[in-house]
Amino acid sequence: MAGHGIAIHVQDLVVGFGDRVVIDHLSLDVLEGEILGLVGASGGGKSVLLRALIGLLPKRSGQIDFPASASDEANRRGVLFQQGALFSALNARQNVQFPLREAAHLSPALLDEIANAKLEMVGLTADDGDKFPAELSGGMTKRVALARALALDPALLFLDEPTSGLDPIAAGEFDSLIKTLQQTLGFTVFMITHDLNTLAAVCDRVAALADGRIAALGPLPKVLKSGHPWVRAYFHGVRAQMLHLGA
Amino acid sequence: MPSLIAIDHGPCALQASGAWTVTHVELLERLCDGVSGERSGPIDLSGVTALDTVGAWLFEKLARRGGAGSSEPVLIGASPSHSGLLREVRELNKGEPARRRRPNPFVDRLTKMARDLAADSVAFLHMLGAVSIALGRVLRQPGSLRLTSTVYQLGRVGWQAIPIMALITFLIGAIIAQQGIFHFRKFGADSYVVDMVGILVLREIGVLIVAIMVAGRSGSAYTAELGSMKMREEIDALSTMGLDPVSVLILPRVLALIVALPILAFLGSLAALYGGGLVAWLYGGMSPAIFIARLREAVSVTHFEVGILKAPFMALVIGLVAATEGLKVKGSAESLGQQTTASVVKSIFLVIVLDGLFAVFFASIGM
Repeated sequence: MAGHGIAIHVQDLVVGFGDRVVIDHLSLDVLEGEILGLVGASGGGKSVLLRALIGLLPKRSGQIDFPASASDEANRRGVLFQQGALFSALNARQNVQFPLREAAHLSPALLDEIANAKLEMVGLTADDGDKFPAELSGGMTKRVALARALALDPALLFLDEPTSGLDPIAAGEFDSLIKTLQQTLGFTVFMITHDLNTLAAVCDRVAALADGRIAALGPLPKVLKSGHPWVRAYFHGVRAQMLHLGA
Repeated sequence: MPSLIAIDHGPCALQASGAWTVTHVELLERLCDGVSGERSGPIDLSGVTALDTVGAWLFEKLARRGGAGSSEPVLIGASPSHSGLLREVRELNKGEPARRRRPNPFVDRLTKMARDLAADSVAFLHMLGAVSIALGRVLRQPGSLRLTSTVYQLGRVGWQAIPIMALITFLIGAIIAQQGIFHFRKFGADSYVVDMVGILVLREIGVLIVAIMVAGRSGSAYTAELGSMKMREEIDALSTMGLDPVSVLILPRVLALIVALPILAFLGSLAALYGGGLVAWLYGGMSPAIFIARLREAVSVTHFEVGILKAPFMALVIGLVAATEGLKVKGSAESLGQQTTASVVKSIFLVIVLDGLFAVFFASIGM
């Protein structure tokens, strides 16, 4: 996975509803093996961009390519939805097994072993697999949803506000979990987040979405120096803090 | 294509190559099952081109089987990009898998059914008690009744239900009359069809059909409404504001049903008699004047009383079951569907049981 090819290539993307253009000629390259964090105003089109990338929303014009994933195997994408989107009729283990069951013919024993392994990878126990989504806490729901997103070892993982609704400790643990798994499994991550700690701790690069375009892109320190007014306003607090710390 | 070759000479016992990924999992499982148990020794992974969790786990299983006890790494030659995953997998599934208890299906089902029945009865009585307390409070302070809500519910379960109830009972009355005329004609007893339609409709069919329709139409709606309110914590919100969910949500609904069902049963019985009369006229050739005259002889107010007296009790049962099941809904959408089904099935069952009990009761007091 080490090659620094391009995982997602977006060129002049336009997405809109009715006469409202949400994503306005946006261009962005996500590099293979990196964790890219997307920030933007609430209602500013972050989720729209994510949904357009995974094909849930139609694009008006422009290009979305996944150059690195030419072969079928690498083409698999995992998505962690904001609310987890676990299937409420299935327990946690069956939720993780679902994509595996659909994609390949595994023996029931191996299916159980793999699902338990995935659950342990995200820091749960095999016993948690028997619980139904309604019985899971917020943090556990996110972890099960992550295990399900990782079920097929995707080359590309989309995360929609992975730490929203978690307390700072749980959010920090989830951040380091994503980082560890990313280093082990070597996938590319495209994540939407408002969590400044996540941006600082996990993301290799940060993209700021404003007015339907990428207003600033690069490692966090570089984005902090951006002159764009919205970006300045967004990071104002952090900037002060980081400057104070001498970063 | 992945492969796993046994080597007789050299340091390694097995040599793996190709893509060990979930795409080829069927072949991989067969390859791993084909390795005989006594073949132990290191496995050479230098030929592996792609590896995911499934493949890594299969190697780990092979390694655990072959190299149990030996401390040296049994997987060698893995490329640097794969070794992280192999290391990670080594820590997983350590615990002995908990054997899932194979339940005795028959006994387990039976005990579960008995326990559910007991729990249902308790929940039903609990709801009856809660509604009685709320009703007692309203009787002491009539101003505390949620009048707007009650009238709104009455409109939904009463007024809006009239067309469908009238149509169904009209058709049932017509069918009973048609069958009666067809079969009684063989004995020359066509005119007794009026007695049959009159007594059957007023005593049993009118109220029973309407109660079953109400259970399906309004009971299910109550369960679904209360259930989704429970799911979204609206009921908890009410409680924290110091309001009693039973007085605010359940009492108006139950009262509306108790008022609406006798009215619907009355209108339904009229529609059924109308349907019976129409068929007797068009199909049996009995003029409406004769039908009405015979009907006046055949039925008494007692028959009507027997039918209509049952209606409020059936309404109470439907309302209580709907509310009980609605409050049993847990977080998931599936549970909402389950409880709604349970609500309709249980209330129809209880309505029919209640009808049987009333039949015994009225017979013994000579009505």
